[in-house]
Amino acid sequence: MAAVQGGPVDAVEEKDIKTEPSNDGCGSNSTNDGRAASASPGSGAPAAGAKPAAAAPEDQQTLLAVLQFLKKNKLTESVDILRREAGLPEDSLDLKGADSSAAGSGGDLGAADASSLLSRVTASSSAVVQAPTKAAGEDQPDVNVVLSAYSQQGDPKLYPVYYNGLKRFIESVLDCHRAELSQVFYPLFVHMYLELVYNNYESEAKAFFEKFRGDQECYYEDDLRILSSLSKREHMRGNETLLDFRTSKFVLRISRDSYQLLKRHLQERQNNQIWNIIQEHLYIDIFDGMPRSKSQIDAMSGSLAGEAKREANKAKVYYGLLKEPEIELPLDDEDEEAENEEGKPKKKKPKKDSVGSKSKKQDPNAPQQTRIPLPELKDSDKLDKIMYMKEATKRIRLGPENLPSICFYSFLNAYQGLTAVDFTDDSSLIAGGFADSTVRVWSVTPKKLRKVKSAADLNLIDKESDDVLERIMDEKTASELKILYGHSGPVYGISFSPDRNYLLSSSEDGTVRLWSLQTFTCLVGYKGHNYPVWDTHFSPHGYYFVSGGHDRVARLWATDHYQPLRIFSGHLADVTCTRFHPNSNYVATGSSDRTIRLWDVLNGSCVRIFTGHKGPIHALAFSPNGKFLASGATDSRVLLWDIGHGLMIGELKGHTDSIYSLRFSRDGEILASGSMDNTVRLWNATKAFDDLETDDFTAATGHVHLQDNSQELLLGTYMSKSTPVINLHFTRRNLLLAAGSYNP
Amino acid sequence: MADREERRFAEVSRESVKLMAESAGVELGDDVAALLAEDVCYRLREATQSSSQFMRHAKRRKLTVEDFNRALRWSKVELLYGPCLRQAVCGYGAQDALPFCPAKEGELFFIEDRDINLVELALATNIPKGCAETMVRVNVSYLDGKGNLEPQGTVPTAVQSLSEDLLKYYQQITRAILGEDPHLMKVALLDLQSNSKIAALLPYFVYVISGVKSVSHDLEQLNRLLHMVKSLVQNPYLYLGSYVRSLVSSVMYCILEPLAASINPLNDHWTLRDYAALLLSHIFWTHGDLVSGLYHQILLSLQKVLSDPVRPLCSHYGAVVGLHALGWKAVERVLFPHLPAYWANLQAVLDDYSVSNAQVKADGHKVYGAILVAVERLLKMKALSLSQPAEGGSGGQPGSAVGGRVSSPGLSPPPEPLSEAALGIASHLQAGGAGCPWEEWTPVPLPAMYCELYSFFGDSLAVRFSTGPGFGSYPPCAPSQLADTRKEPCGPASNPDTARKMPQLTANLNISPRQDGSPRTDPPPPSLAATGPGRSLARSSSSSSSSVQRSRSSSSRPGQRSTGPSRDVFPKARFTSPQAGLPVFTFLIGGRQMGRRCQGRRPFQTAFAPTPPISSVPPRAYAHKLPVIGRVGKPVRRWACSHYSLHLPL
Repeated sequence: MAAVQGGPVDAVEEKDIKTEPSNDGCGSNSTNDGRAASASPGSGAPAAGAKPAAAAPEDQQTLLAVLQFLKKNKLTESVDILRREAGLPEDSLDLKGADSSAAGSGGDLGAADASSLLSRVTASSSAVVQAPTKAAGEDQPDVNVVLSAYSQQGDPKLYPVYYNGLKRFIESVLDCHRAELSQVFYPLFVHMYLELVYNNYESEAKAFFEKFRGDQECYYEDDLRILSSLSKREHMRGNETLLDFRTSKFVLRISRDSYQLLKRHLQERQNNQIWNIIQEHLYIDIFDGMPRSKSQIDAMSGSLAGEAKREANKAKVYYGLLKEPEIELPLDDEDEEAENEEGKPKKKKPKKDSVGSKSKKQDPNAPQQTRIPLPELKDSDKLDKIMYMKEATKRIRLGPENLPSICFYSFLNAYQGLTAVDFTDDSSLIAGGFADSTVRVWSVTPKKLRKVKSAADLNLIDKESDDVLERIMDEKTASELKILYGHSGPVYGISFSPDRNYLLSSSEDGTVRLWSLQTFTCLVGYKGHNYPVWDTHFSPHGYYFVSGGHDRVARLWATDHYQPLRIFSGHLADVTCTRFHPNSNYVATGSSDRTIRLWDVLNGSCVRIFTGHKGPIHALAFSPNGKFLASGATDSRVLLWDIGHGLMIGELKGHTDSIYSLRFSRDGEILASGSMDNTVRLWNATKAFDDLETDDFTAATGHVHLQDNSQELLLGTYMSKSTPVINLHFTRRNLLLAAGSYNP
Repeated sequence: MADREERRFAEVSRESVKLMAESAGVELGDDVAALLAEDVCYRLREATQSSSQFMRHAKRRKLTVEDFNRALRWSKVELLYGPCLRQAVCGYGAQDALPFCPAKEGELFFIEDRDINLVELALATNIPKGCAETMVRVNVSYLDGKGNLEPQGTVPTAVQSLSEDLLKYYQQITRAILGEDPHLMKVALLDLQSNSKIAALLPYFVYVISGVKSVSHDLEQLNRLLHMVKSLVQNPYLYLGSYVRSLVSSVMYCILEPLAASINPLNDHWTLRDYAALLLSHIFWTHGDLVSGLYHQILLSLQKVLSDPVRPLCSHYGAVVGLHALGWKAVERVLFPHLPAYWANLQAVLDDYSVSNAQVKADGHKVYGAILVAVERLLKMKALSLSQPAEGGSGGQPGSAVGGRVSSPGLSPPPEPLSEAALGIASHLQAGGAGCPWEEWTPVPLPAMYCELYSFFGDSLAVRFSTGPGFGSYPPCAPSQLADTRKEPCGPASNPDTARKMPQLTANLNISPRQDGSPRTDPPPPSLAATGPGRSLARSSSSSSSSVQRSRSSSSRPGQRSTGPSRDVFPKARFTSPQAGLPVFTFLIGGRQMGRRCQGRRPFQTAFAPTPPISSVPPRAYAHKLPVIGRVGKPVRRWACSHYSLHLPL
C-alpha cells in the first residue's frame, strides 16, 4: 500500500517540477511588464503606459506579491534586484510579514486607496500564510494564489456590466473585425467567472455564468459544463483543467487592425478590468494583414487553450523519410524467375525499379540518417525487408476507381471488453487488449503460435543444424491463441514491434509492458506514468517506443532502458494517443486538450501544435511519405495536417461518432477511417493533398481556407455488422483489414 | 436559473447529508450540511466527468460502474478509504456498503478495513460460465469496392464453437427429451431447467424447438418440445435475449396452427393448445421485457386468426385460449370487440345438426367454452378492478371509473398479480399503440359489457350483475358480493331475456396444483411458478372445464343439454374463479348431465355446501360423483395439457 500511495505523490512532485519553470517564467514575464510600466510610464508597452494613475497600486501590489514569492523560494538575490529596480523601500518586505508591508506601502498612497489595498493585501497575505502549511506537492496552486490575489478588483457586480459593454462594442464593430474580436469572449468569460468564484462571489458568479454562457461557441460546451459545476473556491484547487486555464495563457490570433480597435475601445472606456485580464491571461498573437473570417477562426479554435502561437509551429521539421538501407537482393533473381515461370510477363520490373530508385534518392527534407541512433538491421530484419519488397511488388495500386477490399476481423464473445487492437505489419498476427487486463494474441494465418522450448530442452538441440530456428520451438504449445497475463487494469494501448518479436501493451495500472512473442512472457514492465497509460506505439524502426497517459505527458522509451529517455510535457490534459513518425525522428501525440503536438525525439521539444479539433483526439496517422498527418477525434471529424508548413489542410466530415482508427494505404492514396458509428470510410487522400496550394502568405500567417469538399473526397462508406471499428490496417498488398468487437 | 442548473446534475440534498451523518452518529448543523452537500455534488460531478474518460478509452458507449470506480480510484479516493478499493463505491459494483464503525473508547470513527479474500476477488468475474471462448473471426466483405449504406445486420452468433462436453450434453439432452423413455425425459428437462452452463447451447436448443413445424403430426413430440421451452424459460441462468422471439413463435405455432394431428378427432390437440397458451403467458410474464413490441405483435396475430373465418375452429380455439392466457386485458381488447362478429359464425356451426357437422360442432362447443371462460374472467377481473377504488373510498361512478382506469392502466395497482402482469403489458401496448393499426379502441364500461355478454351467453355467465336501471349507481360488486349473487340459483329473475335462460353448471373450486397428475413432481408447473395466486384462478378454470376423464380433475363435466329454446343443445361449462386465498368452495351444478356412454340425459341438480374447505374435501372426492364424459382412449399420460383444457366432447 505504501508503494501505491507513494506513487501518485511522486508523480505530482515530478509534474510540478516539470511545470514550475514555465510557470515561473510566465509569472516573471508578466511582472516584468508591470515593472517596466511602473518604472518608466509611457516608454514601455503602450498599454501599460496609457493606464490611468489608479493602476499604480495594482502594480505595486503585483510587485509585493512577486517579492513574497521570491522570498519564499529563498531567491534573495532576485529580491534585492527587484526591490532596487522597483524602488521599493526595504521595510516593505521586512520580517514582520505582509501586513506590515501593506501598511508601509499604504502609507505612501492616498488614504482613500489604502483601505481597499489593505483588504487586497490581507487576502494575498493570508494566502501566503496558509501556504507553508500545505503539502509541498501543492506548490503550484500556491503560486497561483499569490498571483491571482492582485487581480481581484472592484465590484463583482460590475463584471456583467463590463462584459456587456465589451459585447456591445464588438457587436457594433465592422463585420470583418467582429469575428476576430469575438474570440475574446470565451477566455474573458471563463476568467471573469473564475475570478468571481475565486473571490467567493458565488451567486454573482452563477448569475454571470447563466447570463453569458449562451454567447459562447458550441464547441466549448464540454469545458463550460465542467466550469458550471464549479462554484466554490475550494473546488478550484483540485481541478487540473482550471489550473491549466489559469496558469497557461489562452492564445488568440488577431489581426493588427482588430487588435488596435479593441485596445482603443478598452482604453477609451478605461475598462481596466477587461484589459487586465487580457494582459494577464491572454496571449494575443497579432498578425498583419486581413482579418480572418469566422469560418477560418472556427476551423482553428476549439482547443483548451486557444490556438497555437505562430512561433510554436515555426521550427523546421525534417519530415522526409530516411534512406532505406541498401539490401542486396540475392533472392531477387529467383523471384523474377519464379514470376516468369508462372507465365507472368515481367511487367513488374519497371515498378520495382521505381520503388528501388525512390529509396536510393536522399529526400531533401529527410533528417540525417544518424540524427536519431537507430538499431542495426539484423539478418532477420533484412530477410523481412526482402519479403516486404517482394510483397510490395504485388501491391494493388489503389485509387478512386480501385478501392481496396475490406476484411473485417470481428472479436466474438468479447464479454470482457475489447479496448485495443493491433496487427503486425505483415498481417500475420492480431493482438487484442481487453478490459479484463489480458492481452490476447491470435495468429490469423494457419501458422500456429508456438513458444520457445524451455532452457533445459534448448540445451538438447543441435545448434549447428540448419533448421535450428524451427527446432527451438515447442510444438506442444502450438495454438491459435495465446493469452498474456500481467496487467492489473484494462489494456488501453497495444503495439507490435516491427520485427514481430515483441508486443507492447499499456494499461490503466500505469505500466507499459513488453512481451516476448517467442516465449509469450512479460519481459519488462516500464513504470513511470503512475497513471493510466492510454496509448503506446513502437517506432517503425523498433527499439524506441512512446507512451502517453493520464499524467499529461508522453514518454519516449527504449526497450532496454527502464526509465524514459524523453518526457514530452506540454499538453494541458491527458495524452490520449501517440504515433511515431515514419522516420522515427518525431512523435505525434493527441490529447484531450484537443490539440495535437509533434515532438522532436532528438531534443524533446515541441515542434508543432495543431489546433482545430473540438473533442479529445483518439486517432492519428502519418502518411507513408511522412509529409502529412491525419487525426480523428470524438467530434467525428478527420483533420489533415501539413507537417512541414504546420497547417491544417483538410477537414473530412461524414462520420457520426467518435473516430478511433485511421490508416493510410501503403502508397498513401487512400485514407481509411473507422469509427464508433460502425462504419469504415475511405477518403481520397491523393486529391486532398494535391489540391493543396500553399502560398507564402498562408504559410506565413497560418491562415487556412478550407473548402468543404468532404463529399468529393469520400470514396466509400462501409457498414460493419453492428461492430464499432477500433483498428484499421493495410496489408502489404493493400488489402484493408478492420477489427472490432461484436457486442450484441 | 438555479433549478435549471441543478437539474443537470445529480444532487445530494442537505437532508440526505444530515441523515447520513446521523446514521453515523454525527450531528451536523444546517450550514455544515449544506456545505457538505454542495461539495459532495461537486465531487460527484467531477468523478462522473473523469469516469467518462475511462469509458471513451474502453471504446464503449455505455458508462459502467467499473468506470466510475476507476475514476474514484484515480482521484485519490483510495487515500481516504484505504485499500478496499472495491468498497469505495457503494452500489452495484461494491460488495456491500461501507461499514462505518465507532471505536470502543473515545470519539474516533473509522471505516472498517476488512481482510479481503483475494481468491474471491480474483475469481469474481461477471462472465457467465460455459460461454464460448473469445475469438476472432474474419468476414470478407466488399470485394467489389462499392460502398454499402444500409445496415449490415449482425455477426452471426452461431459461429461459437462448442466444447466437446457441451456437444455431448446437447446430444444427450435432445435425445432424452425426444426419446421414448419418460423417466429420462424428466431428468433431462429438470437438468435443462437448472443447468447454469448451457448458455452457449441456447441457440441450438432454440433451433431444435423451432422444429415444431416439422412434427405437427405428432402430438407427443410437440408436447415434448413445449416442455423443452418451459425448461429453458425457467432456467434462471439463461438470458434468452432475442431468442424469446423464436421461442414464442414456436409456441404460437402450437397454439394457433391447424396441426396435422388435429385431423384425427381422437387426438387431444386441445390440451396441447391449452398448455402452449399457458406457456405463452408464462414466457410473457417472465421474459416479456426482452423483446419490445412482442406483446403487441402477438395480440395482432391472435386477432388476425380470430377474425379469419376460413381458419378451422381449432385455430380459433387457440386464439381464444391464447388471449385468455395473456390476461383479461387482452381479452377485453381483442376478444370482446370481436365477439359480435364471431358469434354469428359460431352460432351457425352450433345450430347445424347435420351428422356431417357433428365433429365441427363439437369443435364449436370447445370454442364456445373457451370464450365463455375468457369473458367470465374478464367480467370478474373488471369488476374486481372497479371494486378496488371503491373500497379506497373514492366511491366514484363505476362507469367512469372503468374508463379512467383502463385508459391509464398503470395508475393503480391491479387487484392481483395475474392482472398486474397483464396490466404491465397492457400499458406497454398502449404506449406503442400510437402507430399501430388497431382500430380505435375505447373501453366499454362494465355494465354495457355485461349486458352485451349476457345477450350472448345468457345465464351461462357465472358472473351476475344486476342489469336493472339502477345498476349504474350501485357500487361495483365486490368479490364477496359476486359470490353471494351467484349463490342465488335464480339470478335471471331480473333479467328480461328469459328466453335465453339455460341450465347451467357452476363450478367454483380450488384444486391443489400438486394433484394435477403432472409427471413433473419436483418443480411446480410453469403456471404456478409464474403468477402465484393468480395461477389458481387459471388453474381452476382450466380444471373445471378440462376433460373429465382425467381422474385428477375434480370438476364435474356435465355434458348438459339445455332446455332453452334458442340453443338447447349446448353444453355450458360455467364456473367462476375462486377468490384468491379464499378457500370457500361453492358448487352449484344445474342442468342435465350426460355421462359417457350415457344414452339419455338425466337432469341433475347438485349443490355442495360451501362449508368444507378444499383441504378437507379433496377435489378428487367429487370426481366419482360427477359424471365423466368425453372421449375415451386418450392416453392418460397426456397429462401435460390436461389442466386448462376446455375440451367438452359430446
